[in-house]
Amino acid sequence: MESYRGVWIVAEQWEGMLKPVSFELLARARGLANKLGEPLSAVLLGYNVHRVARELIYHGADRVYLVDHPSLAQFDPDPYADCLERLVREERPSIIVAAATTSGRTLMPILAARLHTGLTADCTELDIEEETGLLLQTRPAIGGNVMATIKTPCHRPQLATVRPRSCRPSPRDTSRNGEVVAKRYPDEVFASRFKLLGFRKLEGKVGVEEADVVVAAGKGIGSPSNLNWVYELAALLGGAVGASRAVVDLGWLSYPHQVGLSGKTVSPRLYIACGISGAIQHLAGMRGSELVIAINKDPRAQIFKVADLGVVGDLAEILPRLVQRLRELRGDAGGEGA
Amino acid sequence: MRIVVLVKYVPDTDEIKIDPATGTMVREGIPGIINPLDLYAVEEALRLREDYGGEILALSMGPPAAEGALREALSMGVDRAVLLTDRRFAGSDTWATAHALSTAVRRLGDFDLVLCGERATDGETGQVGPEVGAMLGIPVVTYVSRIEEVCPVEGGAGRIRCERLTEEGYQLVETVLPALLTVVKEINEPRLPTFRGKLAARRAEIQRLTAGDLGLPPGETGLQGSPTRVVKVFYPSLARDTEMVCEPPERAVERILAFLEEHGLT
Repeated sequence: MESYRGVWIVAEQWEGMLKPVSFELLARARGLANKLGEPLSAVLLGYNVHRVARELIYHGADRVYLVDHPSLAQFDPDPYADCLERLVREERPSIIVAAATTSGRTLMPILAARLHTGLTADCTELDIEEETGLLLQTRPAIGGNVMATIKTPCHRPQLATVRPRSCRPSPRDTSRNGEVVAKRYPDEVFASRFKLLGFRKLEGKVGVEEADVVVAAGKGIGSPSNLNWVYELAALLGGAVGASRAVVDLGWLSYPHQVGLSGKTVSPRLYIACGISGAIQHLAGMRGSELVIAINKDPRAQIFKVADLGVVGDLAEILPRLVQRLRELRGDAGGEGA
Repeated sequence: MRIVVLVKYVPDTDEIKIDPATGTMVREGIPGIINPLDLYAVEEALRLREDYGGEILALSMGPPAAEGALREALSMGVDRAVLLTDRRFAGSDTWATAHALSTAVRRLGDFDLVLCGERATDGETGQVGPEVGAMLGIPVVTYVSRIEEVCPVEGGAGRIRCERLTEEGYQLVETVLPALLTVVKEINEPRLPTFRGKLAARRAEIQRLTAGDLGLPPGETGLQGSPTRVVKVFYPSLARDTEMVCEPPERAVERILAFLEEHGLT
């Protein structure tokens, strides 16, 4: 076990460009590596990505393990898992942190199964236990309003995923030094049982993950007709519309709007929770927001605990008025009158 | 075509109540249901059977009450059901769960396809499906939103073509059978059980298997066989310094506007 050293992140790329989540993983893992006094490495799998490998060093990695091959251009579980497994067996890292994306959530369980080790999904906090140097993996626990801290005491590496957008990306510093280790593997490592036949890009993206402002609706908005005000408010603030799980289950908004453990994780500058009670699963998806305004009829609603501004009141009265007043203000600002 | 559907028995989250005195979840008396996301896997299996014929086996691991989840699958039309149940399975993490399920799948005969929901609504890890596939050594296709074509050919030449939903869009992939697929909500609209289906499900016999039946030694099951350990459970302190506003709507709105102004958000 002592022979396992170092903290790794699994970088993600799309069409040869690094996805921002790679820098978020570096931000999380840098602290872990510092606490352990061990190096931080990034694994980069892709095709024609050697040009961007150094960016990972600028964002906090001490070393980049690069495997560049045509069959790694798009995510394919076979060559991705084969390469990563091989790298792990050669280099023996102690910790690997990956993104809880569709590819990370596919690759990491396969790796955990093959290496016979533990994997904790959707960690909201990662830390190092001082006495043991073990990775402390904290995530919302089974269906309830509690958190659980999980360890992998006797298996290596210790594997964890974290949600994209659950922390800020590490800053870029071009004065940072590090090495890029290009790995070459025999052809069989790149063999696949999959044929990737095509790709259809998603249209009409809701964009709740990228938005600077999210106005989210909960069951407390009372009726789907009040959604118009939610949309209006989001539009006025240049934001996107989010939803609690209850609202999605009711069919008032579609699943891509859902914020929370079983939906998207967001960390906008401003999150406005309208009629959301604040179940822990929802909070897990939005507590990274910089500022939170909560509007709810029930003064005891849990959402108020995570809000900077908590407004107790009836949304059917507050939302239309807020929209109207914002329109007035915009009108004034534009010099055209309301 | 022979299909295995993995289902989980989960607490009905709509029924979960919070104890006002302690702020903790009241678990006693919470009814269990089949994991809602597994219904899509069951439905897809039924549709494949309609098109290609064959047999569907529903497999679950859990306490004896988990039979409830299997009876729901049976009532929709699944042919037979097997429950892995044993005190020795208690405390299993995703690795130990996948180990038991994959061992059972291997023992229950040949299969072309293993289907499961994208994740369970209680643990929400989404790990057991892919881990089972990896342990079986078969291709894993996650987040499947559409099955385009299946060519179930005997003797290992079968193929399946499907679309998976990723962050950027839909990836069309083809792979060999047998394979494991995890499916997303978008794939279909699960049917409601018929009255006859419910009756048949009530009478159906559910085969029970223990860890011993699967030939699993104690070191490979339950807590002992789990690489991860829960070391602490706690109530998160999410609290911010909240400024509460309990005023008439006009005043409340003005306070919101002032807040937006203060932070440069108007």
